[in-house]
Amino acid sequence: MIGGPPPRRANAEPRWLRHLLIGTGLGFLALFLAIPLIAVFSEALAAGWGRYLEALVDPDAQSAIRLTLIIAISVLPMNILFGIAAAWAIARFDFPGKNLLVTLIDLPFAVSPVVVGLVFLLIFGAQGIFGPWLAANDIKVVFALPGMIIVTMFITAPFVARELIPLMQAQGREEEEAALSLGASGWQMFRRVTLPNIRWGLLYGVILANARAMGEFGAVSVVSGHIRGQTNTLPLHVEILYNEYNAIGAFASASVLALLAVVTLIAKTAVEWRIRRETRVLSESPAQERPVASASRDMGASAGSLRSNPSGEWP
Amino acid sequence: MSCKFLSRLLVIALAIAGPPAMADSNLLNVSYDVSRDFYKDYNPIFQKHWKATSGESIDIRQSHGGSSKQVRAVADGLEADVVTMNQASDVDFLADKGLVARDYTRKFPNNASPYTSTMVFIVRKGNPKAIKDWNDLARPGVQVILPHPKNTGNGRYTYLAAWGYAISQPGGNDRTAQDFVARMLKNAPLFAAGGRDATTTFMQRRIGDVLVSFESEAELIAREFGKGDFEVIYPSISVLTEFPVAIIDRVVDKKGTRKVAQAYLDFLWSPAGQENAAQNYLRPRNAELLRKYAAQFPPIRTFTVDELFGGWARAFPIHFRDGGTFDQIYQQK
Amino acid sequence: MPVPHYRQQLLPGFRLALGCALVYLSLIVVLPLTGLAIKASQLSLAEFWQTASGERALASYRVTFGASLLAATINCFFGLIVAWILVRYSFPGKRLIDALVDLPFALPTAVAGITLATLYAENGWIGRYLEPLGLKVAFTPLGIVVALTFVSLPFVVRTLQPVLEDIEPEVEEAAASLGASRFQTFVRVLLPTILPALLTGFTLALSRSVGEYGSVIFIAGNMPLISEITPLLIISKLEQYDVVGATALATVMLAISFVLLLAVNALQWWTAHRDGRDGAGTGQP
Repeated sequence: MIGGPPPRRANAEPRWLRHLLIGTGLGFLALFLAIPLIAVFSEALAAGWGRYLEALVDPDAQSAIRLTLIIAISVLPMNILFGIAAAWAIARFDFPGKNLLVTLIDLPFAVSPVVVGLVFLLIFGAQGIFGPWLAANDIKVVFALPGMIIVTMFITAPFVARELIPLMQAQGREEEEAALSLGASGWQMFRRVTLPNIRWGLLYGVILANARAMGEFGAVSVVSGHIRGQTNTLPLHVEILYNEYNAIGAFASASVLALLAVVTLIAKTAVEWRIRRETRVLSESPAQERPVASASRDMGASAGSLRSNPSGEWP
Repeated sequence: MSCKFLSRLLVIALAIAGPPAMADSNLLNVSYDVSRDFYKDYNPIFQKHWKATSGESIDIRQSHGGSSKQVRAVADGLEADVVTMNQASDVDFLADKGLVARDYTRKFPNNASPYTSTMVFIVRKGNPKAIKDWNDLARPGVQVILPHPKNTGNGRYTYLAAWGYAISQPGGNDRTAQDFVARMLKNAPLFAAGGRDATTTFMQRRIGDVLVSFESEAELIAREFGKGDFEVIYPSISVLTEFPVAIIDRVVDKKGTRKVAQAYLDFLWSPAGQENAAQNYLRPRNAELLRKYAAQFPPIRTFTVDELFGGWARAFPIHFRDGGTFDQIYQQK
Repeated sequence: MPVPHYRQQLLPGFRLALGCALVYLSLIVVLPLTGLAIKASQLSLAEFWQTASGERALASYRVTFGASLLAATINCFFGLIVAWILVRYSFPGKRLIDALVDLPFALPTAVAGITLATLYAENGWIGRYLEPLGLKVAFTPLGIVVALTFVSLPFVVRTLQPVLEDIEPEVEEAAASLGASRFQTFVRVLLPTILPALLTGFTLALSRSVGEYGSVIFIAGNMPLISEITPLLIISKLEQYDVVGATALATVMLAISFVLLLAVNALQWWTAHRDGRDGAGTGQP
């Protein structure tokens, strides 16, 4: 994807069209992404690097960064498991109520973040459905880490699944069936065929979910309690600093979130690079290493190599 | 990105985030948005005082946010020992829920408000539109910037201040007041999301001729945008904004922190606490200190919400509930 | 077309996968939303109707759903171009730009709103060039569209990217060798393949926009009947400590979104089946 396949003559657009498309795309991104980002950094650096760094080493900012990372790390694994399970069921099988299920997966996006927070208060808050029971057993859910994690799980629930479903539908299920018919177990098929095929979609899903988990304000704000140094995430910290007329601190913290998002992208690029290298090694190896005969020994791998992605396994 | 790696990260992260070292006891003060500077200065003063008088050390945690969101959180189980708010309607809500004594305003002096502020005008350097009083805000051709009058504390105070001005004019009554406020609101090109957003719109985006804001925030504006860019105008009359404080009975009884919570709030009225208010540009109740800081607190005629509107419990439903006077202004045209 | 039963059974893991998905969805999504509906049901039908169909509420639905549809459409058009150039072409700075696409999620929405309002204000970096054209963006309904376009930008790009990457060049080459023009190849061969993903992106962008609050309030101007979004009215209810009223509005929004999403998902399912591209429903008998 990055670097892209070299343009082939048969499916390349005329030069002028290519330039037009690149120009339009970049213009759009400049207007909606680059300029706002530059504006954020220029506000953050308005009083120079000294004040910028000062805002970031502030103990409250540090604890906010830590809490934000903890929440993201706790939410992502569950998101990945749910996403793969849901996508497998939806993209590979027909069953009644499938559209309903897909719509249910989309629904968390459509719920206003403020309402999300409210909803969890209605359930876990002191006046909520489980409130008295939780209080009696001295379990803290809202205004503590568990509540913030649950809310973030709600907010990010659709990402991985929604990223994988169209991809897996476009890919079809022939390869997996081929692997099975060659004798692979379900787990082998999943690891050697499905995972390599969906890895880009999975990665995008995780990156999006991660960015959203770290950046969410509205919903988390309702269940956090805003206790400084304890339940303040980075976006909440940003808002409070801004309201306190500390614009530099606010925008500096916001820029950290932007940077965290970029860091995940660097990680992605590194992973891509590794996979690409492996792919090259494999495809350059002599052709007779992939005959049908070897299939009996390692079903999954050869089924995987039926596709254009003969890479080994999910890193 | 294996599960093992992630779980290891999680363990490390949780270890880092472990609970902070405990003092003898701790207090949670749930407060409104812009009070951080005040309590950042006040908490160490009180901690020293408490150590000296009781020998105990106390850990004070702060929570700041939009005031009605904050009290909703307290009602939903956020374990605040004390609340320090900027509008009585918020504490009234906690009283309705039984978390705060019904007569909380009588538990402390001065209506339980250790300091006050008032709504003033911020105009551009040289006051090009010659804005002197509230009636100038309703003049055609003047653009007024204010936070959302229905959804924000600052906006509600602005609304009541303008209403109170109109009603205290000769021949003023509720009808003329509503007409006046309607004319003023017609001059608002937008309703800002909050006090801070209104400031940004006025100072940085250079929209509008006058910004209505808390007196105490004018100093914050100067700190952020420089002093030379604007002037503060005191109208002939304005609303006295009170900042009620209260103890959350259920929490202090459960935690056994009633004594220290009481002392924490009482100490706000001590000379040290009052001086801290003055230094944060909040008008102290202490007359002597008010004189000492007279330069930063020019005299201004004020009315309280209790005097003119019969208290927030009456004013809120009449003006700010759905179908109240604010909604009427927008539905009658 | 009905699928023979044995083909369904060929791939394993259906029960496990569906079970996991259902349990997670029930706990994290359905249970909380049921709580919302229960709370809203504390209102009598007449009260509910009055809350949900007031003049302000109706105007806010129009603003919210209108701006969201517009933003999702803008994102579909430009998102397709962006995904296309990121996958197919190489140009300097591509990696960096690819990295930027997720930014709208990571940036707290309030920061996005404040920044966009400043940029599009009359004296802002962008607004000053729009002002002479008579175009006011900040503090008008147009500002809402700008904010929503920003916050939902990643969806279309990121759902299209993996699908575009997955398209085998042989298909296009075959079409070309059969004499199809580039445009014909795109419409006849490529578009049907990416249409499900495009629709998914549209759906996600739309639903995200409908619920968005944090960024919009800073740029909308929030004038009653003109630029008030429904989430703002929900907040307004909460400011009055009217939790039940807030849940009533939230329920209406949820219901509209649900119907809208269901319709788009059904449309997508239908197009996929018509073209025989759904991995599930097809396969040779």
